[in-house]
Amino acid sequence: MTTKQLSVFLENKPGQLIEFTRLLQENNVNMHAMCLADTKDFGIVRVIVDDSYKAACVLKEAGFVFSITPVLAVEIPDRPGGLVHVFEPLAAEGVNLEYTYAFTSRKEGSAYMILRVTDNEKAAEILGKNDIRLICQHELAEVFKN
Amino acid sequence: MPNYYQPEIECASREQIRHWQDERLVHTVRHVYENVEYYRKKMQKKGVTPDDIRSVDDLCKLPFLTKDDLRDAYPYGLLAKPLSDCVRIQSTSGTTGRRVVAFYTQHDIDLWDECCARAIVAAGGTKDDVVHVSYGYGLFTGGPGLNGGSHKVGSLTLPMSSGNTERQIQFMCDLGSTILCCTPSYAAYLAESIIERGLRDQIKLKAGIFGAEAWSEEMRHDIEEKLGIKAYDIYGLTEISGPGVSFECAEQGGMHINEDHFIAEIIDPNTGEVLPDGEKGELVFTSITKEAFPLLRYRTRDICALNRTPCSCGRTHVRMSKPMGRSDDMLIVKGVNVFPSQIETVLLAQGYPANYQIIVSRENNSDLLEVLVEMTPEMFSDALSTVSAREHDLVGALKAMLGIYAKVRLVAPKTITRSEGKAVRVIDKRNLY
Repeated sequence: MTTKQLSVFLENKPGQLIEFTRLLQENNVNMHAMCLADTKDFGIVRVIVDDSYKAACVLKEAGFVFSITPVLAVEIPDRPGGLVHVFEPLAAEGVNLEYTYAFTSRKEGSAYMILRVTDNEKAAEILGKNDIRLICQHELAEVFKN
Repeated sequence: MPNYYQPEIECASREQIRHWQDERLVHTVRHVYENVEYYRKKMQKKGVTPDDIRSVDDLCKLPFLTKDDLRDAYPYGLLAKPLSDCVRIQSTSGTTGRRVVAFYTQHDIDLWDECCARAIVAAGGTKDDVVHVSYGYGLFTGGPGLNGGSHKVGSLTLPMSSGNTERQIQFMCDLGSTILCCTPSYAAYLAESIIERGLRDQIKLKAGIFGAEAWSEEMRHDIEEKLGIKAYDIYGLTEISGPGVSFECAEQGGMHINEDHFIAEIIDPNTGEVLPDGEKGELVFTSITKEAFPLLRYRTRDICALNRTPCSCGRTHVRMSKPMGRSDDMLIVKGVNVFPSQIETVLLAQGYPANYQIIVSRENNSDLLEVLVEMTPEMFSDALSTVSAREHDLVGALKAMLGIYAKVRLVAPKTITRSEGKAVRVIDKRNLY
């Protein structure tokens, strides 16, 4: 049902993102999606990667502070109003989105959203009832093939 | 022409001062021994009785008191009078969560006010002056001390307290303030604000009495030039009474210690041995006229030197140099005492590790206290709002503990500089001493 997201603490100063992305590169970890939230002093970079176990190991080894968060990845039609279709039922049921970000794949006509909510199960149930497809961890590789 | 508030005391012969000190010391030691169990036990442990103290020469037989004693004896352990005889409490920072509280009888307040009055008159104050007190009022002794001194002199007193710079300047212009009392950094800030607004010719200031934090001669010249005043240094600490323990005369060559109330010693901070006059060491005070909260041989942790050469102002009381440093890790930020251990206490209570660094800097004459805290997996979250809320809570807890705002900066783990495996806790960029 859910997808693993890595959230990493970075100081807000030059060179921090390079250090992080280079670490993934050196370990042959590929990023599917990325989102950055920042304050004046620090930032949180959130990534969906092809091998989250390996990424977690190398981050730990390198001394990063990070967490693994289960988030919802949904497939949406890549056309105007595609997102409204996702947000409407969630709002109607009072589900609050902590944050959200988008990514695309090579698959024609589809886009994907990462949703971070407090209650994954409840949100998944609502989305399911509204015929919105959730992409789980093992399906990610499929999405990014071809 | 020198000005004195109490010429018969301030210019008394050395023999007279010594006579007062001998008599008052003997009396105070007996008073403390009889009424303060905490100190009596300390004396007993050292094998000293009040009979052993017959003059100032015997002072070195008495045990020292430190800030740790004040913490251990909190709140009433060093009180020498019944609470019903006390009329006031003032307070200052302790080394950890517990603050230091000092008690005053009305007589204690009167003597303290007189000490401040001497400082105001030495700075040229008379009953015709308007004394603008921008030290904080409340538990901090700065405001109440100078306020009381100004009343004694008979000056018109403006109890401004700190902050609200716009109003400070407006009153200064409208009400013709002539003597400004505040921290030197606030004086410098006010000076710049006045010049920025083009109001330099609207103010009538002639003197300033600035203390509660370290300041350099360069800063003095800067303030004097910008405000067109003479800037006088003043020294004191809540434990001993507050501002006015010593003050500068027009010679600006050290601060005269009010020796009829306080006996000063300079000791080697490592051995406790008394050092000869002129040598640099830790300043120790014995209060000899206090009723409610008399402290014997209280170690101030301020490093300075005493100068007994006669002063051309006519005052005969010994002069102390500006403090040249501390023998402990206390910082003075915005005139407020800050101990790294206080910050550590808050961090641990809030769930952060004790890996931290304190950076103190001075920008536009205003002190900035910044605390660098290493992020941990426990305190981290993928949600920015959660991390920010925790940071906000930490800032609030630090404010509650320190009484001043400290900026918090969350940094990556293991990024705080360590030397020989030990973190460098404090970086003071102000070059104060």
